[in-house]
This record gives sequence, structure tokens and C-alpha cells, in this order.
Amino acid sequence: MSPRTTRVVLAVGAPVLALLMAFVITSLVLLAAGDSVADVWAQILSVPSHRAIVNIINAATVYYLSAIAVAIGFRMNLFNIGVDGQYRVASFAAAVVAGEGWLPGYLNTLLAVVAAVLVGAMWAGIAGLLRVTRGVSEVISTIMLNAIATALVAYLLRKVAVDDGGNNTATKVVPEESRVPGIQLFGDVTVKVYGFVFLAALVGFVYWFVLSKTRFGFDLRATGRSETAAVASGISVKKMIVVSMLLSGGAAGLVGLPLLFGNDYSYGSTFQSGLGFAGIAIALLGRNHPIGIALGALLFAFLDEQSNSLQIVVGVSPDIVKITQGVIVLTVVIAYEVVRRYRVRLEQRQVAAALDEPATIEEAKA
Amino acid sequence: MSLVTAPRLAGKRRVTPGRVLLVVVALTVLLSLLRVLTGADDLASSGTLRATLVAAVPIGLAGLAGLWSERAGIVNIGLEGMMILGTFGAGYFGYFYGPWQGVLGAILFGALGGLIHAVATVTFGVDHIVSGVAINIIAAGAVQYLAALTFTGVRGGGQTQSPPIDALPAISIDALSDPLGELEAKNWFFVSDGAAVLRALVTNLSVLTLIAILLFVLTWFVLWRTSFGLRLRSVGESPASSESLGVNVIRYKFVAVLISGGIAGLAGGFLALVASSTFREGQTGGRGYIGLAAMIFGNWRPGGLLAGAGLFGYTDTLRLRGGGESIHGLLLLVAVLLVGLAVWQWRKAARTAAIVSGVMGVLVALWFLLSDSIPEDLTGMTPYVTTLLVLALASQRLRPPAAAGQTYRKGSAG
Amino acid sequence: MSDSVTAPPGEVVVRLRDIGKTFPGVVANHDVNIDVRRGTVHAVVGENGAGKSTLMKILYGVQKPDSGTIEIGGEQVSLSSPADAIAAGVGMVFQHFMLADNFTVLENVVLGAEKLHGIGDEARRRVLELATTYGLEVDPDVLVEDLGVGARQRVEILKVLYRGAKVIILDEPTAVLVPQEVDELFDNLRELKAEGLAVLFISHKLDEVLSVADDVTVVRRGTTVDTVPAGSVTSRQLAEMMVGSELPSPATETSTVTDEVVLDVQDLTLTVLGGERKLLDGIDLTIHRGEILGIAGVEGNGQAELVEAIMGMRSTATGRVTLAGADLTGRSTRERREAGIGYVPEDRHRHGLLLDAPLWENRVLGHQTRRPVVKGPLVDRAGARADTQRIVEEYDVRTPGIDTLARALSGGNQQKLIVGREMSGDPVLLIAAHPTRGVDVGAQAAIWGHIKRARRDGLAVLLISADLDELIGLSDTISVLLRGRLVRSFDPEHVTPEDLGSAMTGAAEGDVR
Repeated sequence: MSPRTTRVVLAVGAPVLALLMAFVITSLVLLAAGDSVADVWAQILSVPSHRAIVNIINAATVYYLSAIAVAIGFRMNLFNIGVDGQYRVASFAAAVVAGEGWLPGYLNTLLAVVAAVLVGAMWAGIAGLLRVTRGVSEVISTIMLNAIATALVAYLLRKVAVDDGGNNTATKVVPEESRVPGIQLFGDVTVKVYGFVFLAALVGFVYWFVLSKTRFGFDLRATGRSETAAVASGISVKKMIVVSMLLSGGAAGLVGLPLLFGNDYSYGSTFQSGLGFAGIAIALLGRNHPIGIALGALLFAFLDEQSNSLQIVVGVSPDIVKITQGVIVLTVVIAYEVVRRYRVRLEQRQVAAALDEPATIEEAKA
Repeated sequence: MSLVTAPRLAGKRRVTPGRVLLVVVALTVLLSLLRVLTGADDLASSGTLRATLVAAVPIGLAGLAGLWSERAGIVNIGLEGMMILGTFGAGYFGYFYGPWQGVLGAILFGALGGLIHAVATVTFGVDHIVSGVAINIIAAGAVQYLAALTFTGVRGGGQTQSPPIDALPAISIDALSDPLGELEAKNWFFVSDGAAVLRALVTNLSVLTLIAILLFVLTWFVLWRTSFGLRLRSVGESPASSESLGVNVIRYKFVAVLISGGIAGLAGGFLALVASSTFREGQTGGRGYIGLAAMIFGNWRPGGLLAGAGLFGYTDTLRLRGGGESIHGLLLLVAVLLVGLAVWQWRKAARTAAIVSGVMGVLVALWFLLSDSIPEDLTGMTPYVTTLLVLALASQRLRPPAAAGQTYRKGSAG
Repeated sequence: MSDSVTAPPGEVVVRLRDIGKTFPGVVANHDVNIDVRRGTVHAVVGENGAGKSTLMKILYGVQKPDSGTIEIGGEQVSLSSPADAIAAGVGMVFQHFMLADNFTVLENVVLGAEKLHGIGDEARRRVLELATTYGLEVDPDVLVEDLGVGARQRVEILKVLYRGAKVIILDEPTAVLVPQEVDELFDNLRELKAEGLAVLFISHKLDEVLSVADDVTVVRRGTTVDTVPAGSVTSRQLAEMMVGSELPSPATETSTVTDEVVLDVQDLTLTVLGGERKLLDGIDLTIHRGEILGIAGVEGNGQAELVEAIMGMRSTATGRVTLAGADLTGRSTRERREAGIGYVPEDRHRHGLLLDAPLWENRVLGHQTRRPVVKGPLVDRAGARADTQRIVEEYDVRTPGIDTLARALSGGNQQKLIVGREMSGDPVLLIAAHPTRGVDVGAQAAIWGHIKRARRDGLAVLLISADLDELIGLSDTISVLLRGRLVRSFDPEHVTPEDLGSAMTGAAEGDVR
């Protein structure tokens, strides 16, 4: 095998192996619990209906944005666990802005998007600032900020809520002309793909371009790889930490928007939560790569959608796929780590072979 | 490495019974002052304090679990997940076999989470935080799945909760409790508050609370007074040194994480068995994270952790006791502390920091003066805001184990 | 082999036969044969990367040999962990100290050997007893982080003695010591020898070896070349056995110093964060075009801080820094680099490279704002790759290609890449901190050559090194840094390592320049 093929085989092989492992482990859990392994997989791996396909794409769109937000942090070696809180605060702000309808039509939508990005960035920025000024680990601070976001949004929601006649406390409804129309993918079902699927694609492209093509992206990746080397090369690490937290939070601000403008049209107590944690899992699964993340998002959405009917069809709790999803995260990172070590060893062997000269001993251990 | 050695910044402070007593007295005086000044009587009632104890134990145990793991160099953000597993373990074994079996079940299930974390981080070298997050996801999913499997259709239970579990024994010393109650009712400055503190300790104290307190003492003894503890701490400070001296680094890390999981499971079990006497989904409510924060607050030492757990438990309790007013009272304390800090920082020539603290202090004071109560929704964030504030103000003085969060591979010595 | 040795003391306690060890792609050791006798100091010499350290790790159970046998005290042993080695009576003092900073001396000593005397008062008594017996003074209850280098080394030796070792391995123990401390260490070693212990002493400093060792084994390219009595060879002969040919030396060339000031530093001061102690105290220095200023000093006296302050990496530093007339005070690291400072950092893995990035990305590092590696706001991939290729060729970086990860290269080749990168973009000042630390002889000579060429080309060079021969050989002026102050200057032509050593420890204080 040429080095290039080896690399490709390893890059593809690792996640595939990890998925298989996750399926095996889930099956073992099912076996231990006395549920029918075959029935569960038959249901989950069945061909999705048209309706399910649309739902999968929609769920994946939201997951994708969340995972990109997390990945921005990851590339910088920052662990933004706070995407969850960031998107909820931001979605709430966007819902309020959009509901007020200060501007006409799509200008209103745009204003709401801007508000979401700003608020998401600000909420993440608190963690960034605490990290650079007070040395507080972003892991802990973003977890705390998630909880604070929950309380804050609940409080503010009560203040601005309108009575819609039902039990749901929610913001004012987004005016018709500011909503983002969906795409009719299949004629035989009424559900449509969120128009904001294009926003997600755009965000993915910008993410890829900025990180791999620009000087700024180089600085960001360099800082993530080695903070000490970044400092010595003239990068202001503190600035990078704040900026990347702002960017990550800004992207997180977008997470709830497809739901807001394509489905819910208001922010209420039933607005989907927990997307931030799924984002972490998907970013890890996709190795922070825009395409990899897209595949990961689709996979997670697929598992979610296909498990919905487990309870009815085979009488198994659909929560079983949450186990699968969690296990995937672990097996995937383990597989990547094993492959990484193997690759380093392989490269060292190649270097030694190419030069026919023993490398120094220190290097051999690395 | 330096030839020129700095004078030690802080001398070693030993925990002696006298010191502990002094701290307890000082806190009581403080609470008492605050109660008198703000008129929020619930701030120091024995009811509040007893509830504080119940709220503090799971946080403290979670922190203790974190302590075991981090002292061995493994960051454990999966505490939340291990606690979740613990709640189910307690619910399952508690309901089907009895409360003591529930305690064991909680420990067992938590340790199972610890096992996953240990395999991922120690054996495979996975990033500790990634593994922790994954465990939280897996645990939440697994418990939902298992709960639906186990409790659906059981009388008094349901998809997301177990039927009531028999209570563990509790200890009350009525001979002390009643007179102390009378004393407390008099609302005398300090005396009544002191009585409230004592009364909380002798009334309806669950054995599990007692066990938790013993675990703290045991942890301190094992980690700081035995060779097992010395080795365990050494693999968190400098694993290469440990290995070069023949210590089996991998084994100690593994054991530490297993113990950590077991204690975290117990923390979850406490929630199910003592705090509410039934397993419910989502019962942990982020207490694993708060426990982690309490451990950091306590500078990775059991005594400090205890103080942190007490503080977080206390604020949480005030919230639960409809404490809009009580927490409002606490604002005054926060304002005074912040202004005090500002003065101290100013004298240390940290001008910017002093101004920031000062302005924050004045704002909090204004808030206290211009309002009567804190909205109910906002009281929910008290423990989290407290954590953030404490970390923001104190993180530079903290000393985590030197190798915490690093992956260790065998053969790295030298 | 050592059968020819006829000195009086003792039977052979360590016998290594045909030891071999292979790492992926690297043969670290093969056919190693060594006999160590009781009551002797046995030196193992060889250049960097010759396989000395791996060999010692095999003897200490850290690495398992692929082939060969180890006999200790006449019995064949299998050492698969340090615990086995300790049980067999072998102890080791590593080159990088193996101490937990946040533990006390006592805790560090008893760790792993708690069964002997517990971890309390009895253990403390035993440590004090050993300290007195062997003259290794140290307080058992202080934290290790508060100790200096010499004291840390004493703790390391105490650790070994506490376990009752019969064989002590010291891996490059003198690398971090000044000559006076080396003498103290050697006195300690003689005591150990007198008590009947065998000391294995790893070094590449031949004069030291000859002054303390009884037998010397030479290692070259992973295998033992020969073992000779120390009295029978000169350091020149040993050196030739080590490299198999003539040794390179950093001999100075004719002076190229001009009177044009490139770097001017005035009153540079750096205080510990939130404290009173000064890491750098009123440093004044100037370097001219074509001049190499060497900085000598015991590690930890402010060398790293001096470099980082000049690079703008220490925001709290005060004082003026001027480069070729331009005032850099208060400027960021990036602006200083753009102004023409090249920087070869002390720790290339931490500060010089992105280990998991390909070589061409490493070329961009530190030059993120300059052509040819960037174009406007974008990284110029083609430009960066072409220039990396140039460096690989010009600086003789041995690599299969520029897409290889930096981690896969040997230390010497990594360092050559860094030097090449830092010499790119027409710098006027080169800061080189320990530029040849841990690189093989070939790369060392090449790097010396590049530094000399830089000087000829009119660069100003600030050279920090712990290798006094390197400093004396390359510098036009040597200044000594002690407790954050420049205490003395020397003309390298008229200075001996001993003079430098006294100034470095402050033994000759009073004659501040």
C-alpha cells in the first residue's frame, strides 16, 4: 500500500470499526436486558420513509450547526460544553427580536439572526474572558453558564411571555413574512426541509475555508496544537481564546434558528434542549472536519428518527439509541487514538527507512 | 528549577479540632449577624440547616469522588453520569431488595461508570473530558432505557420513576433536640443560631449522612496517612517518578477511578434513598458538576471540599425553601465580601482587579437595597453563580494535582 | 573486554551480555557487553543518541531488552519493571529528575519503598541517618519545589540509597551542575564507592569522566566499542573512540564585530507575578552587527526569562528594548519577530514546533504575517511548501518529504529545520537558546556552522548555553547571569570553564562589572 492509501484506509477504517463496536455493545445491552436484538436492528436499519428522511435532514441540520460550534472550540483545544446554554439564550433573544417584528419581512429575520449570533457569542465570551483574565477552566465555567442560562431564560420568558391560550409559555409568534420557507422534498408528505439547511451548509463552508485556508485559521489551529509554540511564534493566545470562544458561541447562536423559523415560530418552554451535548458527540465523531461532521450529524439524526417507533413496533424503549450514541463517542475516540499512535509509528519507520539512518533515541519514544 | 528559592507564599495550615471549632463559631456569628441585619429569619433556622445537610451530602460525595480520581491525575467530568447510574442502582436494588441493598447497588452502578472511564482514559488514553462527556450521555440514556424496562407497569412506579423505597434508619436524640428547639425559637443573637446548628445535627440524621461524613475522614486518612494514599497521590503529581520507583501507575489510576465511580454512585444513591426515597429520572440535576466545582473550591483537599459542599448545599437549600427573601439576604453578604476583597486587592496593588471587585460589590449592594426579594426563577442559579464567582476570584490560588488531565503511558519514566 | 582490568576491588556485580533493543525503525542497542565491578565508578561514554540512556533504562527495567542477558550479583535476572530492578539492588538517578514537586523530600524518598520503614517518623530518622552518613544534606520536610538543582540531585541519590541499592546508575548527572557542584557530587560518589557500591556514571564530558571513573566503556551507534581503565587513556583518545573519527569543535574564527549596535537592552526587569522577587534585575546589554554574545549561568538564574522578555513573551517586563534603532518596548512578540528577530527556542518540542503538523506547516509558524508563506490574509500553501523544500536542502534536513510530521524527525533534524526557518526572512538578530542540546554530533557541527555563518553575514547573535565549551568556542563576549543579574563579562579567549563556574555560582562575587 502506498502511504497515501494507507492514510485513507486508516481514516475511513477507524470510524467504521468504531461504529461496529458500538453496535455490538448495544446488542449486548439488549441481550442482557432480554430485548430482541434482531427486531431492534431490523427496525432501526429499515429504509426510512419519505417523512422520516425529511425529519432526518432537519434534525441533522440542527445537529450540524451545534457540532460546528463545538468543533471551532476543539480546533483551539477549548472545550465548549456550553453550546447548550449558548443556543438557548440566543434562540430566546432571536425569538423576542423576530416576534417584535421591528423590521419588515426578511430584514426582520436577518436582524434576529444577528441578534442570535451576538447573544450566543456574548454568552460564550463570558467563559472566554474568565479563562484569560482569571484562569477559570472553560469546561467548568461553560457548565455553570448552561445552568445559569436555564434559569435566566425561564425568568425572562415569564416576563415577556404571551398568552397563547395553551399551557405553553412562549414568546410572540414570528410574523408570517419573516419565516423561512421550507423545501418540499417529496410530493407525498407535508413535512418540508428547513430553508435554513443552506445556512448550515454555508456555515460549514466558512468553517472549512477560514480554518484551513486563512492566516487566522492557521493561528487558531497552531494554538490548539501547542499553546507554547503559538506564543513563541507571536500569536496572542489570550486574544485567540476570546476570539474563538466568541466564534464558537456565535455559531452556537445559530443552532436554534432552523427550529425557530422553520418549525416552532416562537421560543417556548418546549423548545428543544440538549442539542449542545449532541454537538459535542458529533464533532468528535466527525473529527472536526466539515464533511465528517455532516456524516455524523446525519447518523445521529438517523438513529433518533428510526428509533422513534421502537416502542410501538417492538416494545423497546427508544432510549436504547442514546446508549449507542454515547458508546459511539467513546469507541470513535479510542479508534482515532489507536490509529494516531499507529500512524506516528508508521511515519517514524518510514523516516528511518527512507534515510537508512537511526533516529535518535528520544524520538523513538515519542 | 531554581537555585534562588522563593519564600513559601503560604505556610502550611494544619486542620486541628480547635481551628474547625473556630471556623464553625465564626460562621455561626456571621449567619446570625446576617439574619438580624436582614430580617430573613430562615437564613439560620434548624430546618434550613438540616436541609442544607441533606443537600450538601450528595454534592460533597460527588466532590469526594472527584477528589479520588483527580488526585490520581484523572479528571472526572463523568461524575454526573456515574451519579445518574447510582440513582438507578439505588432505585432498582432499593425497591426490589431493600434500602441497604440499594446503597450497595448505587455504589456498584457508579463503579461501573468508573470502570468505563478508567478503561477509556487509563487503558486507551482517551482525553479525560471527552470520556467524561461520553459517560454522561451513555449513563443518561442507559438509565432511561433501564428505568422504562424495569419500572413500567410496576405498582406505584412508571417509565421514569420507581415506586417508593423503604427508608434507611435515621438517628434522633430527642433529649437534645427538643430543648435546643426551644432555645432556637427565642431568636437570641448567636445563642439561638448556635442551637439551630446543633439541633440540625441531632435530629433525624440519616445513617447514610453519617456514613458520608465518615467517608470524608476515611478519605483524608487513606490518602494522606497511608502508603497506598501516598502512591495514589504520586501518580497524580508525577507519574513518571512513581513508575521509576516501581509503583504500578496504571493500576493505581485504575483503582482510583473505580473508587471515584463508587462514591459518585453513592452520591446518586443518597439522592434516591435519603433525599427523596424514590428513584426519579433527572434526579441528579447537575449535582455532579457542582460537586466537581466544590472540589475545585476546596483546592483538591477534603476539608476545603467539605466547606464548598456546605456552601453550595446551603445556597441550594435557601432556593428550595422558597428562599427569594433568604437569598436576597445573602446579597448583603456578597456585597460586603466583594468590597472587602476590593480593599485587599487595592492594597496588593492589583488596581484593575480591585476596581472590578469594588464596582461589582457596589452593584450587588444597590441590588440589595433597591429590592425586597429575588425572583423565584433566578434563585435557581444561585449555586452556579456562586461557583463562578468563587472560581473567578480564587482560581489563581488553587493547586490542582500536577499531572491531572494528562494521559500517561507505561514506559514514560526517564 | 574488562578481563584485562587488574585494579584491586571486587567481583563483577553487573554483567550485560549481547543486549539488543529495537524501536520502530530504530536500532537503539545491539551487542552490548559491559562488566561493572563492586566498589568502582564505571563510566559509560558516548555521544548524544549513541544509546547510553536506553541501555541504562534497560538495566533499570524501564525498557525490556529484545535480546541478551543481564546478570546482577552473579544471578541472571529478568527486569520488566523498575520494581524488579530495585528488588535486584539497582537504583537510578535520571537525567531529568524524577521528583514530585508538590511532595516533601521525605514523601519523594519513601514513595514505593514504604514497606521498609513506613512513611512516618521512622522513615524520617532513616533518611536523616543516610544523609549524615553520605554527606547528602537535605531537610526531609521541605517541598521539593523549593529546592535548587544540587539539592534535588541529593534527594535523588537518597532515594536510591534508601532502597539499599548496590548498583547506582547516574544518567548525565553533571549536565545541570556548575563545576563546583560537580566536585561535590564526585566527592559523594567516592564515598559511595568506598562503601562498596558500584556506580554507573553516564556522561559525554570526558574530562569529568577521567577524573572520577575507574573504568570507562565507550558506546557508539548503539553498541559497546571497548572498555578501558580510566588511567590508560586520554580524553582525546576517548573522544575518537566515541565518534569513530576526529571531533568537531566550536573554534572561533576571526572577529567580525562591528560598532553598529543591533540589539540594545536597558534596565530590563521582570518581577514574579504578584511578588517582590526579581527574575531579571536591571539587565543592560548591547549586541553589535557580527557579534555573538554568550550568556552563561546555572539553569534557573533568568536565562529563559531573559530570552522571553526580549521576545516580548513576558508582558510584565519593564525596561527598553531597541532593535537596529527601532524601539520595541511594549511591542508584541509578532511585531518583534517582524522587526527581524529569529528565535531558536530552548525547548524545541514545546516552543519551536507543531509536532503533529507536517514540516511545511511548521515553516509557517512564526512567519504568519510574512511572505513567502502567506499572501494577504491567506496561507500561501505553494509558497510555504517551496520555501520548506529550500530549507530542507540548504540546511540538510534529513526527511523523506515536507509532508512528514515534525514528530517523526530526529532531534537534530528538527533543530536544523528550526534554525533554517529562523534564518529565513532576513533577520538582524538571532536568539539561540541551547541550540545544540540533545542533538547528535553531526547536527551539532552543522548548527555551529550556521551560527558562525550568521555572524559572518552580519547578524547579531544572543547565545544561551549550558555547554561552557560551546560558549567559549562561539562567543565574542560572554556575560554571566546570576540571580537575574548580569554580574560579569569575560573575553572568551582568556577564560577557563572554572572561571566561568565561579562567576556562575557567585563564588567570585564582589567584582561586578
